[in-house]
Amino acid sequence: MAPRGVILATTLLALNGCDGATSTLQTAGPAARVIADLWWAMLVGAVLIFMLVMALVVLAFVRRSPDVAADERGQVRVWIIALGLAFPMVVLAVLLGFGLVIGERLLPRDDVTVVQVSAQGQRWVWTFSYADAPGRVTEDILHIPAGQPVDVSITTADVIHSFWVPRLAGKLDAIPGRSNVLRIEADAPGDYQGLSAEFSGENYADFGFTVRAHDAAGWADFIAGETE
Amino acid sequence: MNVVTRHRRLDAIWASERGFRGWFSTVNHTDLGRMFLVTSFFFFIIGGILAMLIRAQLATPDSAFAGPDIYNQIFTMHGTIMMFLFAIPAFEGLAIYLLPKILGTRDLAFPRLTAYGYWCYVFGGSMLLVAMLLGIAPDSGWFMYTPLSNAIYSPGINTDFWLIGITFVEISAIAAAAEICVSILKFRAPGMTLAKMPIFAWYALVTALMILTGFPPLILGSILLEVERAFGFPFFQVELGGDSLLWQHLFWLFGHPEVYIIFLPAAGIVSTVLPVMCRTTLIGYGWIVAAIVALAFLSFGLWVHHMFTTGIPHMGLAFFSAASTLVAVPTAVQLFAWIGTMWKGRPELHLPMLHIMGFFATFVIGGLTGVMVAMVPFNWQVHDTAFITAHLHYVLFGGFVFPVFAGIYYWLPHVSGRKRFFRLGEFAFWLIFVGFHVTFFAMHWVGLLGQRRRIDTYTPEDGWTLINLISSVGSFVLSIGIAMVLLDVILHVLSSRKIRRNPWQAGTLDWAMMTPPPSYNFASLPHVDSRHPLADNPALPVRLAQGHGYLGTPRADWRETLMVDAATGRPEAHVIYPANTRLPILMSAVTGIFFLGLLLKTYWMVPIGMVGVAGLALRWVWMLGRRDDLGAQHVGQGVILPHASATDRSPGWWGSLFLMFANATLFGCLLFGFAFLWTVAPGWPPLVRFEPSFIELGVGVAAALGTALALRVAMAAVRNARATLPALGIALTGAVVFGACCAVMLWRAPPPVDHAYAATLFVLGSYGLFHAVLIVLMTGHLIARVWQGYTSPARRSEFAVVSLWGDYVAVIGSLVLLVGHLSGLSL
Repeated sequence: MAPRGVILATTLLALNGCDGATSTLQTAGPAARVIADLWWAMLVGAVLIFMLVMALVVLAFVRRSPDVAADERGQVRVWIIALGLAFPMVVLAVLLGFGLVIGERLLPRDDVTVVQVSAQGQRWVWTFSYADAPGRVTEDILHIPAGQPVDVSITTADVIHSFWVPRLAGKLDAIPGRSNVLRIEADAPGDYQGLSAEFSGENYADFGFTVRAHDAAGWADFIAGETE
Repeated sequence: MNVVTRHRRLDAIWASERGFRGWFSTVNHTDLGRMFLVTSFFFFIIGGILAMLIRAQLATPDSAFAGPDIYNQIFTMHGTIMMFLFAIPAFEGLAIYLLPKILGTRDLAFPRLTAYGYWCYVFGGSMLLVAMLLGIAPDSGWFMYTPLSNAIYSPGINTDFWLIGITFVEISAIAAAAEICVSILKFRAPGMTLAKMPIFAWYALVTALMILTGFPPLILGSILLEVERAFGFPFFQVELGGDSLLWQHLFWLFGHPEVYIIFLPAAGIVSTVLPVMCRTTLIGYGWIVAAIVALAFLSFGLWVHHMFTTGIPHMGLAFFSAASTLVAVPTAVQLFAWIGTMWKGRPELHLPMLHIMGFFATFVIGGLTGVMVAMVPFNWQVHDTAFITAHLHYVLFGGFVFPVFAGIYYWLPHVSGRKRFFRLGEFAFWLIFVGFHVTFFAMHWVGLLGQRRRIDTYTPEDGWTLINLISSVGSFVLSIGIAMVLLDVILHVLSSRKIRRNPWQAGTLDWAMMTPPPSYNFASLPHVDSRHPLADNPALPVRLAQGHGYLGTPRADWRETLMVDAATGRPEAHVIYPANTRLPILMSAVTGIFFLGLLLKTYWMVPIGMVGVAGLALRWVWMLGRRDDLGAQHVGQGVILPHASATDRSPGWWGSLFLMFANATLFGCLLFGFAFLWTVAPGWPPLVRFEPSFIELGVGVAAALGTALALRVAMAAVRNARATLPALGIALTGAVVFGACCAVMLWRAPPPVDHAYAATLFVLGSYGLFHAVLIVLMTGHLIARVWQGYTSPARRSEFAVVSLWGDYVAVIGSLVLLVGHLSGLSL
């Protein structure tokens, strides 16, 4: 895109009140996309259930005919067994199964093509290192290849932090003494805003980083040490 | 005796001292319930002002309103105050005010304990307020995650205020919970079986049991963290065998049940008020009771859903995800039972009902977003974002504040005896309802756009400006609404239109008395044969005032009531309550010296506080004794009952049982923590272990078991009027020997600052030693009683209480020594 176009688009988005650099819904990777789909599905379901409940409440006021089930047993059958027990159980069973399958799919699996990087949080800087470029260390910018799964091994040097790139995937904590592995993947080259998402004291609000996804040539250059 | 004479006689016996002096010496549940409620609303206002400061800060990007140091204190205190100093005490206040009335009796089980709990709440809460006024309030978030909250990253006194102040306040929660359990099970109107209890009592009972199970993990966590901060015992430091995740487990093991502890009483209000507003009765009483119990059990199985992003294996997450969604089922049972009740009756939109409608709309949304965040992948995205802030406010404001406002407007005529005159309430409701939804609905969206919780500012480029501004405007509308409720309540109390009795035509016993309620509640106690005694017999209040129930004739200066069988409600014993005293406020002030010594690190004050509390506690118990047998008493209706001290199951025994339940939970959490560190924490096994000694182990366990056995022998001896001193002497010796074995274990263990292993061992040994001292004091008390002639077969109940504690110490004492010594074996 021409520079003018970029400026125009940015201005419009800014006026619109959301440029979406940290939006979980403007997805740029498979993990975030799956989760955003889950959100939209749940939102539709939630709106329908909410409308059903509110309709039942309103009907209680406006209804003129006597109750469908006049005796206590009938009332229990309709309201408690059917609506209170059966209805949520069915909805939740479906949702739970859906959620588990998605969660299972997002887990890091052994795979030779996965790029290995490390992220260490420390108040208030992220330090990244790379299995493919031993000795190479970057601060506050994580370089990854685009279109390729990357496993980020997350640790901390002090308090608990959380590694989060909203447009790419969910977050995972950096816990003292532990190393957690998060799989991320960016569809296309570009910069993605990362946030530290566990309260860490004074400079927490500004504590973030950038994920820079390279195309194949750019990644090769980076590994070779030709990119700063 | 006519109605007026009876009223005067009873009032002279039961009334608190006049004027403000009465506040400090009252033990009356009506007074203390009102004091709890007023104080909790005072804290609600403070917490609300803090919320407005948060919204003022976030209204615009790059805000310079407060720097991060102040802002972190503000949001930490907002959460802390709303959870610990508003919601829980508001429940306690309502339960304390209402339970004896709705159960048809005259007071709670332990009137002085009510007062002690209240003053602990006031003093502990004041500590936090002082910290805030001095600008040294806690600032690591209300969840106090280590290592951020430890001495390295939070070196100031701020965090200590939280750990010590909140633990001080929790005494009141534990005290109130134990008292509520005993009151509901043992202090009801005769004839009221469990199945005939008003539904609110079920909610209160389950909530109280949850407090007894849910708060000990937090209390243990706070103790461990404070010990780590003050003395360097590394429970949560990974370099020395600790684990910061242990804190998260302990905190959320408390923190999640806490949400239901807050929601259940509010649901109890809905279940009580809604049927009255619909001119009918609740459908599915048994189902609702089952749902409440199921909710309580489930709520202890889903704390890990606050930890989905900590890297716990996915199969573990799946279990907790399933449990978290399952909890929606008992909630749905209640929700549809309420709606079904509305269909069954004829709903009328009075002000309490309006708030219940606000509750429906808000809480259903909160429940639906709750199911969403229980989905593990979605949780990975929205955890620690504004989406969660929005969700939890829908649940807590929707699930607690709206029902509480419904309850306020429902019971306000009961408290004041007056009718509403100004109609501000309806207008206030709409401001609150609209203001709330504008504030928090927007917050879901900005959370999805990536706004994290607890940030003190953001930039215009983030794109959150407009949503935050809308949210802040909404919050000010909400605040105006709440201020109008406050004004409405004040005007209500000042305006002067008296009401007729039972203005809502309710069927429960709380309305079967004068309003405002007299100090003794009922001039005589009713016999109950249904769930709606007042609806069955509208003349009941008059009959009771005329003395046609139990205990209709005032005797001496006795505050009399009845104890009943827990299941059937059959009258069991005659109880005389202690009268007004300043002992509770004095004892909580001395308890405050203990906590203040810890806080200010002036450790010479700590033993003074401990000795003072022990001395006052002995005085407390001693006052209840008698030097002569009371004999069986006529309690009316041709029933003759023994005094409670002539039984083995006195109120004190029941109270001990529930305290022990909380105590055992704390001990269980300690063992869990030990096992967790051993198996999960990095940095294990420790290099230096405790050197086990089977002699010490054998002697210690034998002494603990021997103490329990000797106390049982003493209990049998007093019942049969035989000499008790030999058995008590053996028990005392046994307790001393057991204590010595714990002390030796502490002495010989590796230095507790070296490794979490030794630190945990130190806490275990101290726990054993503390209980040894407790048994020594209790047995010493019994010996003094025997010596001074305070015991007989008809004055024997204290033996059963001490024996119960002896049994408890035998179990935990053996476990302490076994775990301690066996942990030293290298296999």
